[in-house]
Amino acid sequence: MGLHSIVMVKQVPDTANISGQVMKEDGTVNRAKLPAIFNHEDRVALELALQIKDSYGGSVSVITMGPPRASDVLRECLFMGADEAILISDRKFAGADTLATSYVLSEAIKKIGKYDFVFAGRQAIDGDTAQVGPQTAEKLNIPQITYVEEVLEVSNSKVKVKRKIDGGFEILEATLPVLLTVLKDAAFPRPYKAKRIMAYKNAKTLMELEKLTEGNSLLYIDQLKDEYQTKKLYIQTLTMDDLKLDEERCGVHGSPTKVHKIESVVLAGGNHEMIEPNKNGVSYLIDKLMEDHILG
Amino acid sequence: MGTMNKDVWVFIEQRNGKPADVSFELLSKGRKLAENLKSNLKAVVIGSKVKSLAEETFKFGSTETFVVDHPELEHFRTLPYSRILTELVENYKPRVLLFGATVIGRDLAPRVASHTKSGLTADCTDLQISTVKYLKKDYEDLLLQIRPAFGGNIIATIITPDVEIQMATVREGVMRLEPLPIPVNGKITNIPYAPNDVDELIKIIEQHRQENKVNLKGAPIIVSGGYGMGTKENFKLIHELASTIGGEVAGSRAAVDAGFVSVDRQVGQTGVTVRPKLYIACGISGAIQHRAGMKESNKIIAINTDPDAPIFGVAHYGIVGDAMQIIPMFVNVFKQKLR
Repeated sequence: MGLHSIVMVKQVPDTANISGQVMKEDGTVNRAKLPAIFNHEDRVALELALQIKDSYGGSVSVITMGPPRASDVLRECLFMGADEAILISDRKFAGADTLATSYVLSEAIKKIGKYDFVFAGRQAIDGDTAQVGPQTAEKLNIPQITYVEEVLEVSNSKVKVKRKIDGGFEILEATLPVLLTVLKDAAFPRPYKAKRIMAYKNAKTLMELEKLTEGNSLLYIDQLKDEYQTKKLYIQTLTMDDLKLDEERCGVHGSPTKVHKIESVVLAGGNHEMIEPNKNGVSYLIDKLMEDHILG
Repeated sequence: MGTMNKDVWVFIEQRNGKPADVSFELLSKGRKLAENLKSNLKAVVIGSKVKSLAEETFKFGSTETFVVDHPELEHFRTLPYSRILTELVENYKPRVLLFGATVIGRDLAPRVASHTKSGLTADCTDLQISTVKYLKKDYEDLLLQIRPAFGGNIIATIITPDVEIQMATVREGVMRLEPLPIPVNGKITNIPYAPNDVDELIKIIEQHRQENKVNLKGAPIIVSGGYGMGTKENFKLIHELASTIGGEVAGSRAAVDAGFVSVDRQVGQTGVTVRPKLYIACGISGAIQHRAGMKESNKIIAINTDPDAPIFGVAHYGIVGDAMQIIPMFVNVFKQKLR
């Protein structure tokens, strides 16, 4: 029957591995110093889309909104098996909160056209908000199922999923199209295929092709783009103008939430009583807790 | 409307007709925010046969509670719930709307915020009202939405200065539950519900829910282990200490991710927020997300090999040492003293 999935992915700073260099003296984060990684739950979302394609045919498109270097993640998606990868990138998207991001993503999805599924990870590790999925669904005017733990059954026009709820789970049946946000254990992402790595490691976005033409008067960007397109190595690149977006709804302008203040996490420290790491110390501590009627 | 409405609203979440604790915690906080704004605290209850539940909101200071009561609304479903709430918000335009950062709240809030183009901040650890200067403009009485960001390395204060409705979600246990000695004389406003075919796009086939067997929130003593415990085998020491001194077992997110302890025992921003009389943190470095979930404990003991571990910053007693040696010592000495 053929089912088309669009997967929203994000390149995220590896917030779990923050070193000294990353934190600036004023306590803000130096994003440029952070290693950028493929948000894991988004990778799981791609895996589910690929599984649906494996079982029912169809295709999988991947989109990401981000800076030019987010193309790394798109190439990884191609290595895994995505049919098509699209970078949505524009300086005017900078500073976007979840509302502005969902506006851009939903417009890009409308441009792609027909789809049965939109997939995304439940949340990205840099913000942990879990908002872009539902906000995109609302803008596409389609239903959403968040916190998906398992895709149970797919038919031509319906999908049955198991989703987490507080204190348990529920089984829902949705009429397609639907947007699903998935939890990390919903699938185990497949490794990259060597053949696909060889095939797509040179896939390039428009910005990357432009870099190649810099200082080389013999290369013309349109020609190069055509060449890469023919070889299926062109990563479609869409800007604000390509998507005919309302600038007022993009980036910092389109973001109702503003960062008013950022404080580095300073620890008070030194206010605790040190206890000797031996029997005497522990004995003294237990006596104190017993005196205070906390223990015993 | 001549003057802007400054009301504070709380979405009251119910599961099988029972209110979520977090909703009443938010009413308790919302009451203070409404006092600061010199406005009213109001609540929204959606469900089936929820009149008595709605009346409970008066114990927490709601002056008006909107009730949408219909058999089809018994269980939370994204489409009808978000449509109802969106319409209410558009009609009444509250200044602040708060949700629990539960699975339901995190599903519903973004959908409503998207439709109404409101600002929404997830998982706030504090909320305040303050006048703010932003880009050389003065804004009176904004909601400060305070949350850890960037893996907990920074604390961000988020504001939504140029929109009418400021929305935020807050985790369970973060705000204190503070019922009033005498309920306010609030009113119930019934809102009719009109089913829509669109609601049928998603059907609930089955639902399974268990009462949480683990009651970390109510435990007076908690013994908590982190990634520093090393292995699941070593983590048994946490259980041993807990059973010796009559405490509950808990863990940090890293310990949960490593499989040492189940997720329903996770303390921290994405887990449970606790305030026991004694919290013993073993092999927990103390990332801010963890500290956010336990720092208000009455007494905190930190055991860690790293003297610079951030957990010592919130501890009352610190032991720089290997938990694998300290815990058995603690157990033995305690047993001797009890004799």
